[in-house]
Amino acid sequence: MMHEFYFAWTGWLPEAIQTTSWIVIKIMAILLPLMLCVAYFTFAERKVIGYMQTRVGPNRVGPKGWLQPIADALKLLMKEIIIPTKSNKFLFLIAPILSLAPALAAWAVMPFTDFLVLADIDASLLYVLALTSMGVYGVIIAGWASNSKYAFLGAMRSAAQIVAYEIAMGFALVGVLMVAGSLNLREIVLHQSGGFWQWYFLPLFPLFIVYFISGVAETNRAPFDVAEGESEIVAGFHVEYSGMAFAVFFLAEYANMLLIAALTVLMFLGGWLPPVDVAPFIWMPPLFWFGIKTAFVAFFFLWFRATFPRYRYDQIMRLGWKVLIPVTLVWIAVIGLGKFYTPFGYIFQ
Amino acid sequence: MTFLQFAFYVFGAALVFAAGMVVTIRNPVKSALFLVLAFFSAACVWITLQAEFLAIVLVLVYVGAVMVLFLFVVMMLDIDLAKLRAGFTRYLPIGGLVAVLLVAEIALVMYGSFDTGEYRAPVAYGVEYSNTEALGAQIYTQYVYAFEIAALILLVAIIAAIALTMRRRPNNKYNNPSAQVRVKRADRLRIVKMDSVLPTAPISVTEPTTESIPEQD
Repeated sequence: MMHEFYFAWTGWLPEAIQTTSWIVIKIMAILLPLMLCVAYFTFAERKVIGYMQTRVGPNRVGPKGWLQPIADALKLLMKEIIIPTKSNKFLFLIAPILSLAPALAAWAVMPFTDFLVLADIDASLLYVLALTSMGVYGVIIAGWASNSKYAFLGAMRSAAQIVAYEIAMGFALVGVLMVAGSLNLREIVLHQSGGFWQWYFLPLFPLFIVYFISGVAETNRAPFDVAEGESEIVAGFHVEYSGMAFAVFFLAEYANMLLIAALTVLMFLGGWLPPVDVAPFIWMPPLFWFGIKTAFVAFFFLWFRATFPRYRYDQIMRLGWKVLIPVTLVWIAVIGLGKFYTPFGYIFQ
Repeated sequence: MTFLQFAFYVFGAALVFAAGMVVTIRNPVKSALFLVLAFFSAACVWITLQAEFLAIVLVLVYVGAVMVLFLFVVMMLDIDLAKLRAGFTRYLPIGGLVAVLLVAEIALVMYGSFDTGEYRAPVAYGVEYSNTEALGAQIYTQYVYAFEIAALILLVAIIAAIALTMRRRPNNKYNNPSAQVRVKRADRLRIVKMDSVLPTAPISVTEPTTESIPEQD
């Protein structure tokens, strides 16, 4: 409906410009709320961790501290970007962009509701996996271009960690697509309709856990935040960054967290579907269910950060290669055999 | 020129430019990054040719994993740029000869038998057509043996690569993770029961109630 209205309204423009501007408007309609969510997610993190540590968190800027993220953004905008001597200037400045771009581009295929999706492509699950795997370049290039040993150590740690956990993540997604029989995120959600006992977190429980742990590791969050490791390597890969360049890294990290939370909801927790198909639940808009589930999963990221001590580096590697990957391999075999060779195949349908 | 053609030429130009930079740029890290750009542009070209599964897998495997490891190694190499520069002109004639030969061979094949009537543009399928599904159906039915053999060869290669790197040096320090995981509180900590004593002035230094025992493996 909006589409026809817009095209009628801008009918005097050439068709190419019309199409392009319509796509740009749609991108804006996703990115602006996303950026707002990211800003208030940082606020939520400080508040939640504050209360978990029996503090109150930020409460000075605006009513009850609600303008804190805006004040932070302004402060970072005003700050000087310092480029270290003998660093590679071009790569140093492009690294934060390379880290933010995949984190935002992955939202293009995100089905917020049944019809609210920018690009409903056939292999959207693979697309998301491919783009999230590219986020590591920002970290590596930042570490190398900074001409700093701490930054380089952080980049090396991050590269090895992300490559390791990506495999477990990919295998967890293989389980999802085996059960759903589709690579399209919208169809994966629609396969889970009929109440929360139809959601994939039940038949794919081990993969659900593995996926979420890998997601935490992929986003370099506590307890897997050795790439930053404040107590050992200062701030890791972004130790030399300041001002807006630093803020972009920050944005990328939080956008990635929300992305992982949203993907977990879509693949294992029924996306925009209500938990039970009865009266009070189906009255709520689908976007509400998607939002509340994503917020619930995103809360775990904050909870982990406040609760768990940082993993030792070799233990991270051991967990990734020797625990998570074998678990996924076994469960994929269980799904395959169970679906086709046992009378319990209906569990994995 | 439709938008799709325009996109094809943009990505094609980016691909050729990046590929040229890979071999001409001096800095090996930048060279590897241009290779990443070349892979990504190639993936974009493939998408305009309706091969979205291959394109995404190219990004996932080569850009997301192989090139990361590549960069990992290249960044840690200590390369003397002056030495590399010295070799460039020496190898230029032979490299140029190889390039000219390659172009000549391709030209021979192209002008001899490449016929646009024979190799026409791929059929434009609708939105409902699933490239991924079609490819899967081919791989797992018609070419299943070839696919399984390729998988087996890869498995052998993985095992061989791991076997080659499994060298035990005698003075190598490593820890036993399963022993570490199995550690109980009782292995490290001894709790001593003590009677509570009323403090007498001045407060004397008391024995610590707990003491740690060195780690035993």
